[in-house]
Amino acid sequence: MAWQWFHRLGSPKWFYEKTTAWLPWLGFISITLILLGSIWGLAFGPAEAKQGNSARIIYIHVPAAVLAMAGYYVMAISGAIGLIWRMKLSFMVMKAAAPIGAVLTFLALFTGAVWGKPTWGAWWVWDGRITSMVVLFLLYLGIVALQEAYQNQDTADKISSVLALVGMVNIPIIYKSVDWWYTLHQPATLKLTEKSSIDPSMGYPLLLMILAFYIFYAWVLLLRTRVEILKREQKTNWVQEIVAKG
Amino acid sequence: MMSTDTPSLRRAFWASLRRELLLSYRHKGDLANPLIFFLMVVVFTPLGISEEPRMLARIAPGMLWVIALLATLLSLDGLFRSDYDDGALEQMVLSPQPLACLVLTKVFAHWLLTGVPLTLLAPVLGVMLQLPEGGYGILFLSLLLGTGSLSLIGAIGAALTVGLRKGGLLLSLIIMPFYVPVLIFGSGAVKNAIEGFPVNAELAILTAMLLAWSVMAPFAIAGGLKISVRA
Repeated sequence: MAWQWFHRLGSPKWFYEKTTAWLPWLGFISITLILLGSIWGLAFGPAEAKQGNSARIIYIHVPAAVLAMAGYYVMAISGAIGLIWRMKLSFMVMKAAAPIGAVLTFLALFTGAVWGKPTWGAWWVWDGRITSMVVLFLLYLGIVALQEAYQNQDTADKISSVLALVGMVNIPIIYKSVDWWYTLHQPATLKLTEKSSIDPSMGYPLLLMILAFYIFYAWVLLLRTRVEILKREQKTNWVQEIVAKG
Repeated sequence: MMSTDTPSLRRAFWASLRRELLLSYRHKGDLANPLIFFLMVVVFTPLGISEEPRMLARIAPGMLWVIALLATLLSLDGLFRSDYDDGALEQMVLSPQPLACLVLTKVFAHWLLTGVPLTLLAPVLGVMLQLPEGGYGILFLSLLLGTGSLSLIGAIGAALTVGLRKGGLLLSLIIMPFYVPVLIFGSGAVKNAIEGFPVNAELAILTAMLLAWSVMAPFAIAGGLKISVRA
């Protein structure tokens, strides 16, 4: 009984119908939180003592980077679930997650470059964290390219899931890179288990933005997965009924 | 008494290793291609960058490592291709021995036929790139350890793309991110050796990567091949 929800997930139809009601909520909450967090961080939060207003980019940079890495886990774990339990739906989630992750990684790199120019004096520096984020970006692109290359969707799903799983070895390295190679990029300032080295006046809007990005991620992932469901199940009656309804 | 007909794992290992070596002996041209590529790009380096000896000496460790890595990459596309085309791969999947072990033999043969020759050639090309005195031993050692990881990682990519007609470029694309740590520590070891710093840490990490990949990679390769064969 307790595992019924898990078995139901095997049915794309059940998932599609269930999540229809969630979409407006997720969209509304994430947009509201992003607006709230941005206004709090950009207009009301204090300017950084040494960097001035340029440091305010962290309200985009940090959440994007956090989600870029968390998104990889979402992708790899749903790929693994697909490989182990042969679940169609989780392969669809996996395929939907790859481009989102790539975009978020690019956003983190781009905002970092924009911030690096006034602060470090260079758009680009080959430091441990930046290099490993580029590697993460390449990993995402590899998954997307592999998905595109195979004509047979079933093979594409399984093959790219194996690659995603192999790529998992890189994520702890990226996560720890700022502590292992003490180069230009600062170590993590937000900590859950010990005292954060960021002031609460900036920490709270940042946490709010991270939360907002998580919900936004869930929203976009759901949207993309639902499109994928419709695409792959287009021959079934229930999809044709939905399409006929408009 | 079915099991008596099944060859032991050791016999299977030697038989398939012998097969690999024999096959490559009959296609000697494929054997030389990565080496020629290695030589060619080394020749391009002074022409494209600068023939000034001090400049060359500075970039030599990194260049040699990058080119050796690319040469390995080029050799990978054919790793499972002919076995896939003629059905030998299906027989490997169906054989009583675990596929991961058989696959490890293939990777070992690939390393013997590409990694080792590249490693032997590298010091000679190092002379052409004015590699400083202290770098040769570590260049040899780091490549010997590093090319093992390169073959193992590359075989994962080859297994995942063997079902594609034009897998070559895609194979490079998906494998390159995994080569980054090997490159960093490999060329880092050579640079440290030239400047007289200790290299134990780098060599230890290269060895650790080699051991970790030789444990994990066979399962990923076997998984990829099973999916490719069934497709």
